Amino acid sequence: MFAKSAVTLLLVGIVVGVAGWGGFNWAMEATNTESFCISCHEMEENVFQELQETVHFTNRTGVRATCPDCHVPRDWKHKVVRKIKASSELYHKLMGTIDTPEKFEENRLEMAMREWERMKSTDSRECRNCHKFASMDLEKQQSRSADRHDPHYWDAIDGLSPSKTCIDCHKGIAHSLPEGWEDAVANNPVLSTGE
Amino acid sequence: MKKIALTVVMGLTGFMAMPFSANAEVQSLRGSLEINDDSKSITAAKPMSQRGGFERSYKLQPPMIPHSIEKDKITLKTNTCMRCHSAENYEKEEAPKVGDSHFIAADGKTLETLSSRRYFCSQCHAPQNDAQELVENTFKGAK
Repeated sequence: MFAKSAVTLLLVGIVVGVAGWGGFNWAMEATNTESFCISCHEMEENVFQELQETVHFTNRTGVRATCPDCHVPRDWKHKVVRKIKASSELYHKLMGTIDTPEKFEENRLEMAMREWERMKSTDSRECRNCHKFASMDLEKQQSRSADRHDPHYWDAIDGLSPSKTCIDCHKGIAHSLPEGWEDAVANNPVLSTGE
Repeated sequence: MKKIALTVVMGLTGFMAMPFSANAEVQSLRGSLEINDDSKSITAAKPMSQRGGFERSYKLQPPMIPHSIEKDKITLKTNTCMRCHSAENYEKEEAPKVGDSHFIAADGKTLETLSSRRYFCSQCHAPQNDAQELVENTFKGAK
């Protein structure tokens, strides 16, 4: 009798566990799509429109980076942390903090700085899902780009850590830059490159 | 009478023949293609990139832009040209500095920031494409 109920409990436990775990990951993936991001007009009207003009949206080879490719970490641990932090966005959605383009512009600098700080502190981890210094062919780059990447390329090849990370230079590549961003970056202890 | 008729006929023939011979010499930019034929595809011109910039064609010509500006944006909020060409950044970026004249307002006063008259760089400074000339061009810059 005892053995039978234990087996039943185990089976129920497995089913509930699989369903619960699967459901959790399913929900996390469902909120990790471009269509989910732009289901809010705050994203659709502002940042998504800006993205469409950039090389990350349309380009020669037809590779596209969507919102979560840059804004959500890929590995599970960091993804969950980011998702939990993103729950504050629900509060601001309800409060209408950025529900007009004017309000969005007012908050753009603060939001951009937060995202730049996140990228800087992770050594541009999301950029590097696709872009790596060591994978670059500097010969194929424009001379202006190649000159800039060169020292970092050789650092990466030699196994040293390059002195700069992607976001140090590549700000505003997918969305419009906020007004006054240069001063804000220069005065920020995390983002300032001390130049 | 016979002579007059002959002259008229010859004149008419000559007159009618004229447009045909002219047609053979003049070609449109599309070439000699039939009107309902597809145009020949043109190779897309790429923005030219040149170290040291382009030579000016005349003394006060706004310097032309020797690189692609595809990713640059000049908006009410930001002007990404100034990431390299501003007085603060030009040395670090090894870029030409924005001219002093660009800080002078319409009333002649010198401003601390770019004058709004000179804010939209690409209004005067143009990038160059390595496009082939559609028609022969013998332009030479003043030296």
